[in-house]
Amino acid sequence: MTRPSPATSPTAALRQRHPHLFGKTPAEKLRDRLILAAVAGFSLYALAATGFFDLDRILGGLGKLGHVLGFMLPPAHNGYFWDFMGGILETLAMAFLGTLAAAVMGVPLGFLGAKNVVPQWLFHFGLRRIFDSIRGIDQLIWALIFINVVGLGPFAGILAIAVGDTGTFGKLFAEAIENIDKRQVEGVRAAGGSKIQVMRFGILPQVFPVILSQVLYYFESNTRSATILGIVGAGGIGLQLSDRIRVYNWDEAAFIILMILVTVAIIDAGSRHVREHFIGKAEYRP
Amino acid sequence: MTDRIQVIGGGDDPVAAFEAARDAARRAKRLQTVVGLVLFALAVAASVHIGEVRIDTFVEGLPGFANYLNDIAPVLRPSHLAGDLAEWYWALPRWLGLLWDTVLIAFVGTLLGGIGALAFCFPASRNLMPRYPIYFAARRLAEIARAVPELVYALIFVFAFGLGPLAGVLAIAVHTAGALGKLFAEVNENVDPKPIEGVIAAGGNWFQMIRYAVIPQVLPNYTSYGLLRFEINVRGAAVIGFVGAGGIGQELMFVIREFIYTDVSALVLLIVAAVVCIDISCEKLRHYLIGQEGLS
Repeated sequence: MTRPSPATSPTAALRQRHPHLFGKTPAEKLRDRLILAAVAGFSLYALAATGFFDLDRILGGLGKLGHVLGFMLPPAHNGYFWDFMGGILETLAMAFLGTLAAAVMGVPLGFLGAKNVVPQWLFHFGLRRIFDSIRGIDQLIWALIFINVVGLGPFAGILAIAVGDTGTFGKLFAEAIENIDKRQVEGVRAAGGSKIQVMRFGILPQVFPVILSQVLYYFESNTRSATILGIVGAGGIGLQLSDRIRVYNWDEAAFIILMILVTVAIIDAGSRHVREHFIGKAEYRP
Repeated sequence: MTDRIQVIGGGDDPVAAFEAARDAARRAKRLQTVVGLVLFALAVAASVHIGEVRIDTFVEGLPGFANYLNDIAPVLRPSHLAGDLAEWYWALPRWLGLLWDTVLIAFVGTLLGGIGALAFCFPASRNLMPRYPIYFAARRLAEIARAVPELVYALIFVFAFGLGPLAGVLAIAVHTAGALGKLFAEVNENVDPKPIEGVIAAGGNWFQMIRYAVIPQVLPNYTSYGLLRFEINVRGAAVIGFVGAGGIGQELMFVIREFIYTDVSALVLLIVAAVVCIDISCEKLRHYLIGQEGLS
């Protein structure tokens, strides 16, 4: 049996005309292999650069980590339970007030930043970039900055959460407002509503569920982040946690970590309950 | 339904009956609102007390904040722009090196975390793991890995492995393994079961089933989630240095604590610019990979 010559075979002709329909060409295969080799090489370099080929250090570290885990069990509060509870409450207060303040500032900023409320592209563009820059700076960096302004303590943490999330809320609310149904706005305007009335009766009822849902989601997320703001000195349970780790009180540290996990789980369940109460059982679950 | 018809049709004056029912409903609703508002106000008051909110300190501090912003702003004169910029970013080569370290920490953390997530996302998927105890254990493991913040892991790992990027990488990797493990497991639970049945019917074992029936379906989603996580981890790696786990965070913490003003703005802007660049390139890469998917 002889193979048909490439010139006469219809398959070969088709292959020549549409090479991409016949799987990868040798050139593409080579390119894929090169990309793979480059990624593998880069990974090896990155592993080396971050100290993963320092076997002594890794083995020593794993041994120490084993000791730490041993010391962590069983977790114990050693009589500091109510101190830790105070830290947890402080964390919750920080997350609650920070999120609330961010939402209070975010709603008017969201209206200002929405294209369909303020149809001025330069203003819109500028405000959006300001939101982006605020959002781009991590809460921990804001916390360090506010410690310089108002001193150590939970208040600096509240301000860090409030300022950082104002940028996020401004952006999210503005996007929600831009996605509304225009007909209700036109209806209020046609009935003789003023600009404020258009916002109150035409826009707000449409975006309220979205806003509430976002605020609750960020409250959950801020509860998590407020637990670590204390590590840099901005109040909350993180301060106690980092103190315990610094003096190697591992059983108390483990107890605090467990308390954080329980608190976060409770807040998640509670905010799901509030969301369902106001919005109904929505499928919104980011 | 019958109740309402009786209310409307049964009384002497259906309009009065309807109004009475409406008022009762409104009163009940108003009571609920008032109770809600009181609880909310109590929560705010308690939080203000616990959170040590001091309005007077804040108002006094506000000019301080403005001064702070003024202090960290660099001196840039149009006539000496090049010289002023060079002075503002006086340590640029070192900072770029630290920034590169930060990106490497995020990269290795995402890589190792992704490998860890791959290892236990299959047992953590209800449709792929017939033995319930293993599924349950894998799920809880992912939850614990995810629920503890990176910075807490970093504190512990800095103790075990010493100061430096190794601790940061491991902290990010453990947290990422949990976060990606959950996302991957959710992707796995949405796969088409027909290829799985096909492989099992052809006599494949569990590993062959995962390799030939599940992986081809889920790999594009994994890549997309992995890239998203890399973006998040770059932000995380930038601040993980606050506890001594390597990267640019250590330098940033130092200049903020020591009030080296213009360095603060220089470093913060550098970090924001790097984060934006990486976000944009990851988005490009993601769209490129998604675009490829249709053809291969």
